[in-house]
Amino acid sequence: MILIAERINTGFSEVKNALENRDPAVIKDLARKQTDAGADYLDISLGAASKDPEDMVWLVGAVQDEVDTGLCIDAQKREIVEPALQTCQGDALINSTTAQEEKMEELIPLAADYGASIIGVTSDEDGSPQDVAGRLQLASTIFRRADSAGLEPDDLFIDPVAMPLKYMQEQASNLLEAISQLKNLSDPRPHLSLGLSNMSSEASERSLINRTFLVMAMASGLDAAICDVLDQKLINSVATAEMVLNNEIYSDSFVETYRMD
Amino acid sequence: MDIPEVKNSWEDEITSVTIGATEEDGGTRSSTVTIGGETAAPFLDFEGSVPNRPALGLEVWDVPPEGWPSLLKEPIEDVMNDPVGWARKYEEEFDPELLCLKLEGCKPGGKDKSPEEAAKTVEKVMEATSLPMIIWGCGDDDKDNDVFTQVSPAVSGENCLLGTITEDNYRTLAALGMADGHKVVAESPVDINIAKQVNTLAREAGFALEDLVIFPTSPSLGYGNEYVYSIMERSRLAGLKGDKLMGQPLMANIGGEVWKAKEAKAPEAERPGWGEPEKRGPAWEATTALNYLQAGADLIVIRHPKAFEETETTVDRLMSDKD
Repeated sequence: MILIAERINTGFSEVKNALENRDPAVIKDLARKQTDAGADYLDISLGAASKDPEDMVWLVGAVQDEVDTGLCIDAQKREIVEPALQTCQGDALINSTTAQEEKMEELIPLAADYGASIIGVTSDEDGSPQDVAGRLQLASTIFRRADSAGLEPDDLFIDPVAMPLKYMQEQASNLLEAISQLKNLSDPRPHLSLGLSNMSSEASERSLINRTFLVMAMASGLDAAICDVLDQKLINSVATAEMVLNNEIYSDSFVETYRMD
Repeated sequence: MDIPEVKNSWEDEITSVTIGATEEDGGTRSSTVTIGGETAAPFLDFEGSVPNRPALGLEVWDVPPEGWPSLLKEPIEDVMNDPVGWARKYEEEFDPELLCLKLEGCKPGGKDKSPEEAAKTVEKVMEATSLPMIIWGCGDDDKDNDVFTQVSPAVSGENCLLGTITEDNYRTLAALGMADGHKVVAESPVDINIAKQVNTLAREAGFALEDLVIFPTSPSLGYGNEYVYSIMERSRLAGLKGDKLMGQPLMANIGGEVWKAKEAKAPEAERPGWGEPEKRGPAWEATTALNYLQAGADLIVIRHPKAFEETETTVDRLMSDKD
């Protein structure tokens, strides 16, 4: 499972304050903790707090001063993404393009030029389709575009869009079905990823919903998620699911061994 | 139509383990041997890198072996009462990459030699030889812990490979390995889950995964060989896919099991249709070795010199440049 850690996001006030005060300690601490918890990528998001490329570059720098974990540049505009990619020293993942022509035109060649991976979200100018077929159609559009830009399937993460369970309960089963069909999009297949926390947005028992859904999605074929890696129960569930799916060899210490991987 | 590309690309590298220390490294060996380091399935160097040749060692005992068939005793008849002479003979005549000194004489039900005696024997053997050394306990947990407590510091800095730690007995040997600069063999009884668990325990005890060699035991051809074949194969593929707890070199120590098999040791009179024992026995051991090589073994300890020579030739062939 490719874990993309979500906490370096200005939606959290400590991150927002750290960015405004140029105080790297908080950022470094989050980078370290999320890396130790098993993150493969650290998502870095300016959220609504800033549109300034220099802010993104500063966050990337602060994180890189502490860890060499892959970075997930959470921005949809070239003027923010490109300076971040120039600063990024290790693996980079762009989060994200949609299936809109002008977004793909702006971001997919950038991924190819910088040797980065990219998340393609199944949305377009009409929004995010709720049905399975609509998700598959947009995923194919993104896949073809990425392929013709020279990206390998391994460099592409398709995100079929998690919607809040509380308000769109019927969406969860559509999403699971979309994931199992997306597995067959190509061979080798692209990664399949979700913004997991959307699932439980504004619901009670968020952590329980997140980990239950994640395990079900993994069984359907999901192999990446943007999530709260500091949620220990979530990671324990991932470790167990990886073992049940026979992706990890069982040992009596399987929870600890998963964390060290 | 194009033939589809079938080669795999792997995410991770098997750890490289060096055994032995030359004067430069603080030891007295004339050479060292490095195993592991692959980024490809066994011998498939078109997939990645196979930087080190599998190493072959010959087995020497600290006491005259009882119960060995005459075929096995014949090459060592003149030296089997003397581990120093035995080790020197093997080093001079067969030039293996390393030697494996088994402290069989320490077995409580047998000669029950003291830890001090064992340490003296090890020191003498190492003085008389110059190859990297594997030191193998007698198999009794408590006794081995006492024995290694003397043996390990006696050859401190020689970077030996000490065997073995198990799920139930790992703390002493792991601590000694760290203190005296030795590598350690992690043993598990034909069980991949326990293999992973032993490595986890060793790591939790502070022992570096980079200093371990996995030994999933090594049944003889015809007696469960295929179980460990599939365990080795699965461990190796998991290691190459990034499982850090399965990413260590693999070893087999085959003599004890092979030479229990009637196919290896039965005299001609007993089994007239099976061909000459002089060829059959070593062939049984060499074939067992070959299976483990193909499964991914990076180190094999062999008992019969002829089987050793046969396996060396096989490794030469498998490692030769095919292009």
